[in-house]
Amino acid sequence: MFKETPWVRRKFAVERLVASLFALMAAAMIVPLLLVVAHLFWQAWPSLSWEFISAFPRNNLKEGGIYPAIYGTFLMVAISLAITAPIGILAAVYLNEYARDSWFTRIVNLAVVNLAGVPSIVHALFGVGAFVWITGRPCILAASMTLGIMTLPVIIASTKQSLAAVPMAFREACWNVGASRWQTIRTIVLPNSISGILTGVILQVSRAAGETAPILFTGAVFFRRELPQSPLDQSMSLSMHLFSIATQGGQVPLSIQYGTAVVLLGLVMAFNLGSIVLRIYFRTRKKW
Amino acid sequence: MHMERGVEVTDLSIWYGQKLVLKNVSLFANRGEILGVIGPSNSGKSSLLKCINRTLEFIPRARVEGSVRVEGLDVSAYSAHSLRRKVGMVFPLPVGLPLSIYENVAFAPRMAGIHRKVVLDELVERCLRQSALWDEVKDRLGMLGSKLSGGQQQRLTIARALSHEPEVLCLDEFSIAVDPVTTMRIEDVLTDLKKSITIILVTNLVQQARRLADRVAFINDGKLVEFDLTDTIYGEHPREKLTFDYVRGHFG
Amino acid sequence: MNWRRIGESAMESLIRLCGVSAVLFVFGILIFVFREGQDFMFNRLDFGEFFTQIAWRPTAEPPTYGALALISGTVGVTLVAMALAIPFGLGTAVFLSEFCSWRWKEALKITIELLAAIPSVVWGFIGITLMNELVIYITHVPVGVNVLNAGIILALMSVPIIVSIGEDALKAVPDGYREAAEALGATRWEVVYKVLFPAAKNGLLAAVLLGVGRAVGETMAVLMATGHSIRLIFDGQAPFFHPLYPGRTLTATIAAELGETSKGSDHYQVLFVIGLLLFVITFVINFSADLIVRGIRKE
Repeated sequence: MFKETPWVRRKFAVERLVASLFALMAAAMIVPLLLVVAHLFWQAWPSLSWEFISAFPRNNLKEGGIYPAIYGTFLMVAISLAITAPIGILAAVYLNEYARDSWFTRIVNLAVVNLAGVPSIVHALFGVGAFVWITGRPCILAASMTLGIMTLPVIIASTKQSLAAVPMAFREACWNVGASRWQTIRTIVLPNSISGILTGVILQVSRAAGETAPILFTGAVFFRRELPQSPLDQSMSLSMHLFSIATQGGQVPLSIQYGTAVVLLGLVMAFNLGSIVLRIYFRTRKKW
Repeated sequence: MHMERGVEVTDLSIWYGQKLVLKNVSLFANRGEILGVIGPSNSGKSSLLKCINRTLEFIPRARVEGSVRVEGLDVSAYSAHSLRRKVGMVFPLPVGLPLSIYENVAFAPRMAGIHRKVVLDELVERCLRQSALWDEVKDRLGMLGSKLSGGQQQRLTIARALSHEPEVLCLDEFSIAVDPVTTMRIEDVLTDLKKSITIILVTNLVQQARRLADRVAFINDGKLVEFDLTDTIYGEHPREKLTFDYVRGHFG
Repeated sequence: MNWRRIGESAMESLIRLCGVSAVLFVFGILIFVFREGQDFMFNRLDFGEFFTQIAWRPTAEPPTYGALALISGTVGVTLVAMALAIPFGLGTAVFLSEFCSWRWKEALKITIELLAAIPSVVWGFIGITLMNELVIYITHVPVGVNVLNAGIILALMSVPIIVSIGEDALKAVPDGYREAAEALGATRWEVVYKVLFPAAKNGLLAAVLLGVGRAVGETMAVLMATGHSIRLIFDGQAPFFHPLYPGRTLTATIAAELGETSKGSDHYQVLFVIGLLLFVITFVINFSADLIVRGIRKE
């Protein structure tokens, strides 16, 4: 049998030390973050009420609710989703089903990676230079398009991953009975990647709802007395609202600031959690 | 007696990149007959089938020379989709599409534009009967095809291959994933089917070809060793010594 | 039948168009940002001043456009962030992939995923409230929004990406390597240190690069946590890279100043030049990360 020499004993002591060190590192990353989130909720608690999310702000934002900001965020996100989801899903179909392994495909893939990596403020500059230029003035439509392009990679990546998970044999079986490429995609490939597509859509929504920089100069305003009437109006938004009241130098009560932060955070988290739950749900009912 | 040529292959060579996998093969299969293709694995038999329905085109770097004619017309004269509707194909590993059993069989007709329920119902039942699966699944046609057992999925694949009423049916070692009893039942189905269509049966079960085929082609290492009537190949005096050895199990 | 054929080929053209859309958008970004800034960039911008002077006074008379302080602000914040995020991020990745039970791993990964979703403006808010007080409490500086604050916030923001890419890289190392090493009597730590790190070093490098990319490009959190947005005095002379002083970064400067410029003015245009610079920096970072990851797949 092996003898437990001091050398071996030391080796295993080091092993245990290192393992706990790594566990500590993981804990050092995660525990404070959870505390921070808890702190936000704790501070926001006094201001959270039905009125807070359903009423207009009053008295220079010092009282009342944040309804127009919530409304504006939903509007911008919905329009950006309507623009970006079809493009993103079809782009993923192209990359996974049509594109051959060539230099051109590499460039497309690189472009997708890059679109995700370009700083949000540069997207904002693009929005100002292109969309605001087209619509003539900052408006919800311009802001939504900027958000849409920025979040395109989210949908592409998620959809592509689930398309790739559909076995090649299914496609071949369809081709063998005379189905065309598009028929195969429509009847077999897309229905079986619905989980990834939905996940991507939800993640896109959560990303778009939280972004501030891209809408800063393209359609979000600090304060507006009434709700926007058309996509060519400007609008308040949650993220923009939080940014402005937090950097005003203490004019707006802290509890309202925290409340706004928590509503935004809660919204984003709810969507993210939704995508995770959905992913787990679909994993349990695979069809093959 | 004049027989109609279902499939005619002339001087066919196939390369994968630089590698020659099939060299100058010429053979034919008549309507109303079963052509058995035998030989050790990796001898190029499956690649031959992929030329007949042009699915070889999906393999990058594959290159073909020579001609393949289906029903008298060169395969390149058909559109890929109409060719694949004319040629039914069954591969070694069964693939139940993640659709219901009914939809698996109705898939090809639907894609070809048939949508009337009466027509589809009748067609699904006929194909499932032909592939000896009807009795086992007739009460649960809504079940997922991909959840059937291996042998059932193989018969489902055959039913699907019959659903577009092919003129030519190619089977590539269909009995690999199937138990012996089912194999016998499918063999009966094939003998029944051959009256109306051309069947090409690739197999490395030497005796299966002997039981079913009217003509047999023996392919070894990418070359056609011998192509003749079944009785000659399995008789005492095939033209080649190699054939004699192979069918008696002396190698391969 | 014929209509269907036409519909189908229309659909396929649409798919191809959407497929190349990403390329079009990236070029679109480049072209439109360039278009807005090119007049000033080619005719009036002194590149020598831009890259070597620290005086950023676009509204003074005469204006000066020295971006060195902004560049070093970006570098400084990124350095602080990476000094924290790289060891902790990679440590967490190793813990997740090598030392952790399956159940914990799933739970931790979901938590990290959720944390990655916290919007940057919320991070910024945390920076000027909670982190501000913490920094004051620990370092006794009068104002707690500074480079250190922003660096810590950025570290927390880039950890999730480092963890997830790093863990992927470790997962990609074949199990055979681990088993072979353990069969020879190596402990887990020795496996990590002597086998996994060398085998996964490219993937880990890519993870770090993407973390750097995230930190360089981050806007709102940095704008708020560096003290930029609350208009602390910045005279361009103070030790502009000191971690306990407020700083300014490239991204935050655009976000803070674009709203106050009139379209087409020199100040407006120079902000687009900065945008172009950021685009180039992040492009290079992402491109190298992509090359490295692709290199791994080839092997």
